[in-house]
Amino acid sequence: MAHSQSAPVAGSLEAGWQGIVTDWSADKQTFHVPWGKAMMWIFLLSDTFIFTCFLTGYMNVRLSTPVPWPNPSEVFALEVFGVSVPLLLIGIMTFDLITSSGTMALAVNYGYRRDRGRAAALMFITAAIGAIFVAMQAFEWSKLIIDEGVRPWGNPMGASQFGAAFFMITGFHGLHVSAGVAYLTIVAMKVLRGDYEKKGYEIVEIAGLYWHFVDLVWVFIFAFFYLW
Amino acid sequence: MADAHATGQQHPLKIYFIVWGLLFLFSAFSYMTDFLEHGYLRWALILLFMILKAGFIVAIFMHMAWERLALIWAILGPPIVLLVLIGLMAVEGDYTELTRLDFFSEPIAPAGHEAAH
Repeated sequence: MAHSQSAPVAGSLEAGWQGIVTDWSADKQTFHVPWGKAMMWIFLLSDTFIFTCFLTGYMNVRLSTPVPWPNPSEVFALEVFGVSVPLLLIGIMTFDLITSSGTMALAVNYGYRRDRGRAAALMFITAAIGAIFVAMQAFEWSKLIIDEGVRPWGNPMGASQFGAAFFMITGFHGLHVSAGVAYLTIVAMKVLRGDYEKKGYEIVEIAGLYWHFVDLVWVFIFAFFYLW
Repeated sequence: MADAHATGQQHPLKIYFIVWGLLFLFSAFSYMTDFLEHGYLRWALILLFMILKAGFIVAIFMHMAWERLALIWAILGPPIVLLVLIGLMAVEGDYTELTRLDFFSEPIAPAGHEAAH
């Protein structure tokens, strides 16, 4: 059932700019990848636009307010043994996502090797690390809402747009992580069951694309929201 | 048909471990920029490590480096227009701030008092 999506032999396609022209002027097929992978990429492209709109909106309100912006370095600091460490939780969350990206990349590799035990195990590990990320984010949100009194319409530290931007951007990202955890868990169970023995294991790579994208968005959020 | 599928993105594990290590390293550097003074150096380093991390994730983990140009440009080309949006909104944001400073001549109180609900 999957023959229509199998990649052609690499040597039969032209490379470089000539390749772009022939691929795009082909009557039958433009992207020589499984259709699911092309669709995932196109979905991720649309998601890129959404997240960029959020981050650009945040940049705009931050630039346009004359009220000082709360310093993220202090707002997100944690006390460890009486010492205040700036951005500690956010740093840990960053390493957590990077770790999960690595396990996901390995899962894709083992999927293509048809080692479905290892592929599924690595996907479960990835999903578990993702769930830890969501838990840390829940902790971060409750600390900010309950202890610091941050609201979408104002906060005691400075510009009132801080809360709206923070909750919208990290909330939408957290939603993506949560959806990713569910998605990876479902695919991993199907991998383990052997559902893809005939179809092939592109599905692991496609799920991996989504997961790496979630990590990718965090790279930008970390730079623009937390480090600015 | 099984053989045709085995031709998917299959690369030696080594490259994933190298990139994984690099991503940890860049994340650590990225975190360390928070200890720098605010200024051009800090911004330059934030952006540098951000782009390095994003580039390695897309190129290696998402296998973009091995895809055909037709797909690469279809996906990485369109976001370039977003730079126009970002540029326009940066100009707009600065303009709005100047307008506000101009019109609200009184010192502005922190917005915290609204958060009492």
